[in-house]
Amino acid sequence: MDSVLSEDPVALKILVAGGFGVGKTTLVGSISEIKPLRTEEVLSDRGIGVDDLDGVEAKNTTTVAMDFGRITIREGLVVYLFGTPGQERFWFMWDELSHGALGAVVIADTRRLTDCFPSLDYFEQRGTPFVVAVNCFDGAAQHSVDDVRIALDLDDNVPVMLCDVRRRTSAKEVMITLVEHSLRTLTSAN
Amino acid sequence: MSDSPQWFDEEAGPVVRPYALIRGRTRSSGDTFDLVATVRAIGDPPGELGPEQQLILRAARSPISVADLAVELDLPVGVVRVLLGDMRDHGLISVSSSSAGGTRANERILKEVINGLRAL
Repeated sequence: MDSVLSEDPVALKILVAGGFGVGKTTLVGSISEIKPLRTEEVLSDRGIGVDDLDGVEAKNTTTVAMDFGRITIREGLVVYLFGTPGQERFWFMWDELSHGALGAVVIADTRRLTDCFPSLDYFEQRGTPFVVAVNCFDGAAQHSVDDVRIALDLDDNVPVMLCDVRRRTSAKEVMITLVEHSLRTLTSAN
Repeated sequence: MSDSPQWFDEEAGPVVRPYALIRGRTRSSGDTFDLVATVRAIGDPPGELGPEQQLILRAARSPISVADLAVELDLPVGVVRVLLGDMRDHGLISVSSSSAGGTRANERILKEVINGLRAL
């Protein structure tokens, strides 16, 4: 345990996922100093047919900007947030991001619930602990947490919560819920 | 190529591709560096370093993550990894990936994170 106090900082990764425009950037920005992280990636096969490359055959890389936030818990203990591009064609990036990740927040919008299905499937398959945060947009019809859980066919142990990603206290609650969930997952595995 | 890169559009980025910095390569020994791996400068820099390498050395005087370096240099992560791989091979930096992610996320650390988040 004492090795944790060695000079190497402990860096933890949390992923923020969900459909396009669901509030990933806002959530990361509400709780951390947000910066765009540029990645330039070779288009995977998944991108073929999705990205229309007709006439630009030479372009086989694509620039992806990821939301990147940092929360310093104390000197030598930092939580990094990565807002992952929601589209399936970016899954090759998720593989790297989710490696060793503490967990993931999947943001859901009840008006477009299906948008978060790919994220849920992904983290379920990888065994990455995740919570579902239902972003309550202005005037969006409020559904109960139970309704959302049923609609998403989630395991009972997956936390589902309502949130307003614009509010720092709400974003904080989401993060705390996730880390608590990761902790439970960790201790139940041991 | 002019000194100030012309932007084709937001998507494409500068016309002078970042990979020109690394002579067109997309791979180096740095491929596997985790985004949150810790980089630190070690050893004495030789005189003939490129500007990006100098920036990296300066930024890595105190430990810094690969992702933070990419943001600081405003370069794609892939480019930074190639640069870092070269620099590690030349003994200019150390990259520790042991701190990457959950492998070291033990109970005590997670409790500390929870308390830290509450205190934000």
